[in-house]
Amino acid sequence: MIEENAAVRLTAVRKAFGQHVVLDGVDLEVPLGQKLAVIGRSGSGKTTLLRLLLMLDRPDSGTVEVIGQLLGQKRVGDRLVKDDEQHLRKVRSNIGMVFQHFNLFPHMTALQNITEAPIHVLNQPVSDARDHARELLGLVGLSSKADSYPRQLSGGEQQRVAIARALAMKPRIMLFDEVTSALDPEVIGEVLDVIRNLARGDLTPEGGMTMIIVTHEMSFARDIADRVIFMDCGAIAEDASPEVIFTNPQQERTRSFLGSVLRR
Amino acid sequence: MASLFHLLPTLLQGAAITVVITVGAVALMVPVAFMAGLMRLSATRLVRWPSVVFVEIFRGTSVLVQLFMFYYVLPLLGVAFDPTLTAVIVLGLNAGAYGSEVVRAATTAVARGQWDAATALNMPKWLTMRRVILPQAIVMMLPSFGNLAVQALKDTALASLITIQELASNGRVLVSETHQTGEVYILVLVIYFILAYPLIRLVRSIERHVTRGMMLGPVKP
Amino acid sequence: MTFDVTYAMQILPTLLSASTVTFEATVLGFILALGGGLVLALMRVSSVRVLARLAGWYIQCVRNTPFIIQLFFLFYVLPDYGVRVDALTTGIIGLGLHFSSFTAEVYRAGIEGVPRGQWEAAVALNLSVPRAWWRIILPQAIVPIIPPLGNYLIGMFKDSAILATISVTELLGAGLSEASLSFRYLEPLTIVGAVYLVFSLAGAAAIRRLEFLLARRYA
Repeated sequence: MIEENAAVRLTAVRKAFGQHVVLDGVDLEVPLGQKLAVIGRSGSGKTTLLRLLLMLDRPDSGTVEVIGQLLGQKRVGDRLVKDDEQHLRKVRSNIGMVFQHFNLFPHMTALQNITEAPIHVLNQPVSDARDHARELLGLVGLSSKADSYPRQLSGGEQQRVAIARALAMKPRIMLFDEVTSALDPEVIGEVLDVIRNLARGDLTPEGGMTMIIVTHEMSFARDIADRVIFMDCGAIAEDASPEVIFTNPQQERTRSFLGSVLRR
Repeated sequence: MASLFHLLPTLLQGAAITVVITVGAVALMVPVAFMAGLMRLSATRLVRWPSVVFVEIFRGTSVLVQLFMFYYVLPLLGVAFDPTLTAVIVLGLNAGAYGSEVVRAATTAVARGQWDAATALNMPKWLTMRRVILPQAIVMMLPSFGNLAVQALKDTALASLITIQELASNGRVLVSETHQTGEVYILVLVIYFILAYPLIRLVRSIERHVTRGMMLGPVKP
Repeated sequence: MTFDVTYAMQILPTLLSASTVTFEATVLGFILALGGGLVLALMRVSSVRVLARLAGWYIQCVRNTPFIIQLFFLFYVLPDYGVRVDALTTGIIGLGLHFSSFTAEVYRAGIEGVPRGQWEAAVALNLSVPRAWWRIILPQAIVPIIPPLGNYLIGMFKDSAILATISVTELLGAGLSEASLSFRYLEPLTIVGAVYLVFSLAGAAAIRRLEFLLARRYA
């Protein structure tokens, strides 16, 4: 049976931190295999959107579904209640995330960072996990750095390890939260190349990875995305193909944002 | 100077007991600190409150009062330990109460991003604590635990008031026998300092290691 | 053995009045520690090597050895040098001298907590050393040191119990003398413990409030 479900579906999701409303009733459906770019000003809700997809934060109202299953909630009768951790983790296992500040485990080597979760969460045998990790390190171009600690690696190298780490869990959906914003300009390219290869299906045997990428790198977004959404003030202001958004945006807000960003 | 040497045997005998009590107290402090500290972080009130009560009581009253309580009052409730064990327990619980704050602070100080990354990798909470958070937190806790160990060492002197023959009480006995009050007490202080010294050096070298590269302090013009 | 409430009520007034001695010793000792600590801290950071070394040794020796021994030393040895003061005064001096070694470190941490860039800016603006201290460095150093100093105040309050060992009739001393008369330790020690606990908790809450107010004004 072909997977009918969307990779990810947000319905009427609302999130506020204190008085500040970050997401204001957002609806979004991302089909499997799509490469979605999310652009917008800081504070427009892009990062919160991604964090909700992993339940790093909980929505105040609305639902999040991952491959047809409710995330963080379950249906009891006709009500929705908070899910138990075990089931939440089961649903969440389909998604991986790469963070702006890498968040590598500083007390473990690159190899150990990558094998940690497969060994302890997926109960993979240690040798299998290590082989797979070395394979991934090769694919991101860091075979020689397997035994290096994060502090011995450049920002670009750390981020590539972070990508390998997320891929080791074999997610079907990958989230990227401004992964090049904290990098020196020289190393941004090497990270974008890895993501580009991932999009082209070179890094995972199955290919067809669903990717949601929050980024400020407009030319990169234009290059690899199938679809772009522009977020503004907690809502999706425009949702179209890269051609439309970048050459002929329909909304004034989109136009002014792109104008200020692309003026470099 | 020679007159001081005949004081040494008695004092050193006492010092040995002091060391035993200190080691016992520190050994008790660590598990108590982790248990109380981690309980304090729990989301469940039933788990948090006993820890809060324990910590506040032991931090809010002085060690001397606690020693007397355990020594004089506990036997009336049917629980009697010998004085040395009483001292180890009281000093251990006391240090553990202060230690719980160290554990709590260090654990919450580990960057949020580490929790995020572990959650994104679908690690359950207890595994994240064990493999990611605590290893990073423990490094931060070491200097403070070192200080608590020195404090426990100093507090053993109070144990002399519940009839234990450690360094301080042996000192008092010597004073009443020889009337060399000044010499005896200075010698006692020196021995305490020598006992504390390794711990102090250890704490300082850890602190220096941790604060490498931070630019602090006055600039000489 | 059950708690004899009547007896407890009987001795409560005596114990509470003895706690005024505790307060007196704590407050006066704290003032001494504040002053002494400041002197030590300034000696520590001064460019005169001898002063810095001396202060350093004093701090290391006093803070790492038991207060009770230092107290005995003062109590029994001071009279031999002609200093004849009553036990309470000896206790206050003892508290002040012992805790100076701690407050000195708090002052030093406060001073070192001011980023080096502030010093450099003062030097670049050609401010004299005293002026740089008074107008730029000290104001920034003061706010973060107030909570730790407050915590030492509470610590001194609890450690004043040790004055009972040189026969000062403060809270614990009064409790123990009651117990020796009635042969009951449960009620006096419980009351003594409760008084210390109540004031420690109140003190800690007051410090947290102070931290909050300071953070609001200066952060």
